[in-house]
Amino acid sequence: MATKEIPSIEVHNLTASYNRKPVLWDIDFKLPQGQLIGIVGPNGSGKTTLLKNIMGLMEPDSGYVNLFGKKLEDIREKVSYVPQRESVDWDFPANVMDVVNMGRYRKSNLFKSLSKKDKEISTQVLEKVKMLEFAKRQISQLSGGQQQRVFIARSLAQQADLYLMDEPFVGVDAATEESILHLLSEMKKEGKTVVIVHHDLQTAYEYFDHIVLLNTRLVAHGPKEEVFTPDLLQEAYGGRLTVLSKIGDLMAKQDFPVREREFKEKEGSGDE
Amino acid sequence: MNNLIDFLSFSDPNVRVVTLGTIFLGMSAAMVGTFAFLRKRSLIGDAIAHAILPGIALAFIFFQSKNPLILMSGALVSGWLAMLAIEYLSRSTKLKPDTSIGLVLSVFFGVGILLLTSIQHSGAGNQAGLDQFLFGKAASMTLSDLKSYSVVAVILLLSITFLYKEFKLLSFNPDFAKTIGLPVKTLQFVMSTITVLAIAIGIQSVGVVLMAALLITPSATARPWTENLLYMIIVAGAAGAFSGLVGSYISFTAPNMPTGPWIVMTLSFLAIFSLLFAPKRGIVAKFQLQRQNRKKIISENLLKSFYHLVEKGDYSESFFSKSQLLSKRSFTETELSKAIGLLKRKFFIISKGDTFSLSENGLAEARRIVRMHRLWEMYLTERMRLKSDHIHPNAETIEHIITPEIEELLLKELNYPDEDPHQSPIPYNP
Repeated sequence: MATKEIPSIEVHNLTASYNRKPVLWDIDFKLPQGQLIGIVGPNGSGKTTLLKNIMGLMEPDSGYVNLFGKKLEDIREKVSYVPQRESVDWDFPANVMDVVNMGRYRKSNLFKSLSKKDKEISTQVLEKVKMLEFAKRQISQLSGGQQQRVFIARSLAQQADLYLMDEPFVGVDAATEESILHLLSEMKKEGKTVVIVHHDLQTAYEYFDHIVLLNTRLVAHGPKEEVFTPDLLQEAYGGRLTVLSKIGDLMAKQDFPVREREFKEKEGSGDE
Repeated sequence: MNNLIDFLSFSDPNVRVVTLGTIFLGMSAAMVGTFAFLRKRSLIGDAIAHAILPGIALAFIFFQSKNPLILMSGALVSGWLAMLAIEYLSRSTKLKPDTSIGLVLSVFFGVGILLLTSIQHSGAGNQAGLDQFLFGKAASMTLSDLKSYSVVAVILLLSITFLYKEFKLLSFNPDFAKTIGLPVKTLQFVMSTITVLAIAIGIQSVGVVLMAALLITPSATARPWTENLLYMIIVAGAAGAFSGLVGSYISFTAPNMPTGPWIVMTLSFLAIFSLLFAPKRGIVAKFQLQRQNRKKIISENLLKSFYHLVEKGDYSESFFSKSQLLSKRSFTETELSKAIGLLKRKFFIISKGDTFSLSENGLAEARRIVRMHRLWEMYLTERMRLKSDHIHPNAETIEHIITPEIEELLLKELNYPDEDPHQSPIPYNP
């Protein structure tokens, strides 16, 4: 893997919108490797949107993202994504093992069935999240915490270096929370980078080493001791900037381009 | 009976073609339809089926031919356009998906009917039979038709065989498929194309109007019976094939009976049967579960009445009359006799004339239920901070559902209490 100095994630001047309404304004930061990193902010602050842009699920209006100094396409197999638990319909005809096996799907095994090694890995990661006894259980019968652990197992099965998780602590029982935290500390020991979208300030300080404070704009990022100051927290959680949200509403209403064409280039020309 | 033997012997080559054709078409549409069903695209299937009509009519107008491959190409193009139109309308306007689907369906179908009518009035020599696309024309299927459709059906089956794993992921969690670098757009294109193709050949047997049934009803039939995608596809395929067989048989025995509508009727019967009688998910199974719950509740309530009578040791006699039991809790006459019957069958109570006594097992069970009730009351006051005069109704229900595992948890969490919040002793097994 890349040397330690290369940032795990570099987000460069990223602006993103839904239906022309900007939800992220010129986000720009670099994150270290090998740490537990929280993306923290109030509801509707664009945390999930940021994750989706990093994972290439949305096309930003401007700016770009580098992972370990490379484009996502060149490094996909080293990056793993855990979507929000509610983003799928769990009443799907599949069992726990089926879902975890999906973490072993690759472009290279298109048309093929999974190898014995793939299945071994799926079994190992299920054991890691303490779900092996439920391997054959129908996913429609899982509790919220179990669903979350299945998603995390699927992600572990990818054997990546960078993990992005969207709200893994929402609606889970205490046992699952503990098991996820234990897993995170193990992953950190193995030198993995884990980025977690999290909305709860109370626990954020406890869980993470490094924090990105977001509220449609980047409020602050850095080691948690530097970010968790009353002023910065007030800035992030004290409501949106009135003028900024008015501008955003206006752009959506007028169907206005979020960026003029010459500034759309991913490398961001202009008078920097 | 002779009819059936005649039919199954396949001695008539015409019957052979029609039957094999409908079986094959029904099966492939059903199997492809499973993915549309799971991706919640059932209505889009209906819209595409209707939208195929103008494509067929235009292909005929341009090429003046009824060659199935030519007509199918026309169908494919207009089916695809309809799908793109639905996606575009939902994405780029404020119309909700159901509106976009409805709009596209009616506009395309309207144009299709218009073209079809003008073809019929143009007096072109070989236009006859084109209108059968509306309701299907299984009975007039020829050997060369059958060959063309079989080739398409085989392509469809091969696609879902080789892309089974990817289609599964795409139906369950398309975003994840994208993040692991699968060519999602291509896969979606393939999936949509085979759906349009399945519809294009399926309309041969049931017609555009009933096509959605052939695509979706088999999945709705299969879903309640299995939690395994592979089995679901197989069951759906079998339902599609079976309905094709039945449809051809009925139109064989009763020559005035149309094949297509009977295929759909058969499918509907299968679907209704399945919704009613499937284990767990079926309506009857749910009804039975509720009945069992009611039985459990009244018999356990009666056990509690027994327990309350013996609890304080006020009676020297362990046999009680119905009126004594009713003094502890009111039951209707039917409830009481029903509960007594249920408890007798489990040997929880013993009768002597008109009086009844708990057996040893019955006493243990009664003690268990009272223990659940009082433990849960403790939990409500200690953990949920409810006032002690508010907890009884809640505990009356919960006592019946607490499992031994939950009891274990409760006991640990409450540290094996001796008394409930009303100072009644919590009875443990001696």
